[in-house]
Amino acid sequence: MTGDGADGLAQVVAVTALLSVTGVVKEFPGVRALDGVDLTVDAGEVHCLLGQNGAGKSTLIKVLSGAHTPDAGEIQWHGSPASFPTPIAALRAGLATIYQELDLVDGLSVAENIFLGHEPATLGFSRRGAMNDAARVILARLGHADVQPTRTVGTLSAAGKQVVSMARALSHQAQLIVMDEPSAVLDSGEVANLFRVIRQITAEGVAVIYISHRLEEIREIGDRVTVLKDGRTVAVGLPARSTPTAEVIRLMTGRSVEYAFPSRPVAAADRPELLAVEGLGRPGEFAEVSFTVHSGEIVGLAGLVGSGRSEIVETVYGARRAAAGRVTLHGRALRRGSVRAAIRAGMGLCPEERKSQGLLMYEPVYRNVSVSSLGRYARGGFIARAAELAAAAKVIADLDVRPADPQRVVRTLSGGNQQKVVLARWLLRECRLLVLDEPTRGVDVGSRAELYRLIRTLADSGVGVLLVSSEIPEVLGLADRVLVLREGRVVHSGPAADIDEPAVLDMVMAGVAA
Amino acid sequence: MSERTADLPSTVDAQQPAERTPSWLAGRLAALRSLSLVAVLGILTIVGVITTDGRFLTTGNVLNILTSASIIGVVTVGMTFVIIGGGIDLSVGALVALASVWATTLQTQSYGAGIMVLCALLVGMGAGLVNGLLIAYGRLVPFIVTLAMLVAARGLAQSLSDRKTQLVTVDSINNIATTKWLGVPLLVYIFAAVVVAGWIVLNRTTFGRRTVAVGGNAEAARLAGIDIRRHTALLYVLSGLCCGIAAVMIMARTTTGSSTHGDQYELDAIAAVIIGGTLLMGGRGTLVGSILGVLVFTTITNLFVLNNLPTEVQNIAKGLIIIAAVLLQRRGSDTGT
Repeated sequence: MTGDGADGLAQVVAVTALLSVTGVVKEFPGVRALDGVDLTVDAGEVHCLLGQNGAGKSTLIKVLSGAHTPDAGEIQWHGSPASFPTPIAALRAGLATIYQELDLVDGLSVAENIFLGHEPATLGFSRRGAMNDAARVILARLGHADVQPTRTVGTLSAAGKQVVSMARALSHQAQLIVMDEPSAVLDSGEVANLFRVIRQITAEGVAVIYISHRLEEIREIGDRVTVLKDGRTVAVGLPARSTPTAEVIRLMTGRSVEYAFPSRPVAAADRPELLAVEGLGRPGEFAEVSFTVHSGEIVGLAGLVGSGRSEIVETVYGARRAAAGRVTLHGRALRRGSVRAAIRAGMGLCPEERKSQGLLMYEPVYRNVSVSSLGRYARGGFIARAAELAAAAKVIADLDVRPADPQRVVRTLSGGNQQKVVLARWLLRECRLLVLDEPTRGVDVGSRAELYRLIRTLADSGVGVLLVSSEIPEVLGLADRVLVLREGRVVHSGPAADIDEPAVLDMVMAGVAA
Repeated sequence: MSERTADLPSTVDAQQPAERTPSWLAGRLAALRSLSLVAVLGILTIVGVITTDGRFLTTGNVLNILTSASIIGVVTVGMTFVIIGGGIDLSVGALVALASVWATTLQTQSYGAGIMVLCALLVGMGAGLVNGLLIAYGRLVPFIVTLAMLVAARGLAQSLSDRKTQLVTVDSINNIATTKWLGVPLLVYIFAAVVVAGWIVLNRTTFGRRTVAVGGNAEAARLAGIDIRRHTALLYVLSGLCCGIAAVMIMARTTTGSSTHGDQYELDAIAAVIIGGTLLMGGRGTLVGSILGVLVFTTITNLFVLNNLPTEVQNIAKGLIIIAAVLLQRRGSDTGT
C-alpha cells in the first residue's frame, strides 16, 4: 500500500473500519492516563502509534487488549460497539497484543507456545502431530518455514521469539495485532526481517498497530500515524511517509502541564570537578561514554529506553562492572564493579525501580534511611538506637517526608515520600555525588515540583547530581548540562539552556546530531 | 513492642487518620502473631492440666519441657537468622551429628573437655562456612547446597564413628546435663543464653539489621552498600555455630556422640521458625516467635508422652499446627496489605 493509496482507501472504508476508538478515558488514582483518545485502524494497514513516555500509549494498548476497562468512550470492532473485559475476550474477538517482554514459556516447544491454552486435543490428550502441522502452516504463512515447531523456545533469538509470538496471535485468528516496541530488542537485520513478516500478514488483511520511537522505521513500515500527547490524541491517521519529521515532533512535544522547575544559579567558575567518567563501555550496552560532573552541578542524561542511560549510571555506581574506561571521584579512580567502593568514595544511588532496588518496603523509615550509614551509629556492632533514630528523624524532617514519622513502615508512604526516604539515606551519609535514576517515576505532579526543588537545593549545597529521566522536559528543566544518548553513545553534550525538547527528540529518535 | 511513641497521636494523625492506620495495624499484627502462639501455649497448658491429673503443671515437668526444648531451641536460633536472611539450612541435624562425633573420638576426648567443646564449635562453624561460601560466592541455591551438606556430613559422621555410638568419658562434659543452678538444669541456661544473645544480635546490632535487609530485598541491600555475599556466608557460619553448641548439649545429655544425633532437626527447626511468624522468603521474622514455636512443639510432645499416646498421632498434630499457623499468617499479611 502506498501512502496516497492508503489515504484514499481510508476514506472509502472509513464506515467499516476494523477498529474505531472514540473518546476513550481511563483514570487512575491521581492521574488521568487517557483523556479522550481517538483511533481508527483499517484492515490490512500498519497503524503507528507515537507519543512520548507518559503520553498514554501503554494504557491505550492495555485498554485495547482487555487488561484495563475504559472509564468512558466507545470502542467499535467491525463497526459495532464492543468491549473487552478480559484479555481472553479480546483475543477471542481477534485482537492480539504482543508485549515487549514476550510472554512465552522458554521450556516449551515452538508449537506448544503457539497453541498454549488452545492446544488441539482429544479428551485431554494433546495431539502433538496435529499441533506441529498446524504450527508449521502458520510459520510458513509468516515466511518462517525455517523455524522448527519442535524446537525449544528458549533456544531462539529475540527475533525468533517474536515470530513465535506473532504465530500465536495468528493461531487465534487475530485480525489486529498490537506490537509494543517490537524493534527495541532487535538489530537492524532482524528488524528488516520483522518488517517482511509484518508485510506478509498485512497483505492477508491483518492490521497491525505498531509502536516505536524510531521515526525511520515508521516511515518504512507504517501506513498511517496517530500521535498521543498527555493522554489525548493530537493527530489521527496522518500519512506515515509524507508527514514531515518536524511536524511529528511538534505534535509530540509541548506539555500541557508545565512543571515548575527551580531556577538555575549562576555557576561559579572555580567549582571543583567531582566525577570524571572516561571512555566507559560495556559490550552491547554502551561505548566510549565520557563526561564530568562538577560540585553543585546537575548533569542530565536524556535518551530512549534502550539508549543505555540506566546502564551507564549503574556502571558509574559500580552496580555493573565496566568493561572499558574509568570512573574517578574526587581524583580517586574507583574499582570497577564495586558498589561499596563507590559509596565509600561518596556516591549514592536512587535507583530506577524504587520498590525492588531501593527500599526495604516492610521496614520502618528510619531503618531505610540509616541502612547505608549504620557503622556511624554503632559501636562494636551494637547500634545506638537513640542516636540513629534522632539522626534519621532530622534528615526526614529536613526533606519534609510526610508524615514525619521515622517509625512508619515505608510501604505505607506515597511515591514521592518514598523517593525522599531514598534521598534521605544518602543525605545522612553526606554523600557528594548523587545518582538519580528516574527520580520522579510514580510521583504525582504536585510532589514533583517539590522533588525538583529539593534536588536543586542539594546541588546548591555542593553535591554533584547525575540525573536520568525518560522525560525530556524534566532533564532539560532541571539539569545544568545535558548529555543526549542514542543507542549507547553520547550524541550531544552541552548546556541545558541551549537546547530545546524538539531538538533532543530529533536527536534521540532520528539520530541527527546537532 | 515497647515503642509506644509510634502509637501516640500527633498532629499528622489528626490530618491523615486514614493513612495512619496501616502502620499501626502492621505493628499490632506482628504482636498478635506472637500473642496467638502464647494463646496456643495457654490452650495446651489447659489441655495438659485437664488430661494429666496434675502431672503436667509441675515444676519438674515444666523444667522437663524446657530441657527437651533446649537443644532444638539452640538450632532454631541459627535457623531463624538464616531464614530471615533469605536462605534455608537443611544441614543442621547432620551438622549436630558430625560435630558430636568429631568431638567424641577417642583422640579428641584425650585432650579434655575444653578441646572437645572447641572441636564441636569449630566443626559446626567450618561446615557452615562451606555452606556459606558455596551459596554466597559459588552462587548456588541454599536448598541444594545444604541438602548436599546434610547427606555428606552424616556420611562423614558415620565414617568417623564407624557407625558406632561413641561414649563420652570426660565427666565435665556429662556434668553439663546434670548440673543444676537454683534447681534449673544448666542446659536450660545455655538455651536461654543463646536466645538472649541471638535476640540482641538480631535486634540491636548492625549484623541483625543487615540480615533483615539482605533477606527482605537483596538488590536494595547491595545498592545500599551492604556486602551481601559476605553477610550471607556469615549467616551459615552462625547457623553452624549454633549446631556446634547443640552438639555439645546433646553429647552431655546422652553421654554419647553419634552419627544418628540430630535426626530431622532441620524439619523441627524450620517448622518452629515458620509457625513463629518468620516469612520463609526472608526479610521478616522474630526470634521470640521461633522460640515460642519450639515450645509449642515440645509441649505437644510432652502432652502425648504424658497421655501415653503414640508418636504417629503426635506427628499428625504437628503437621496440622504448621498448616494452621501458615494460614493464619497469610490472613495477617492480607489484612496488612
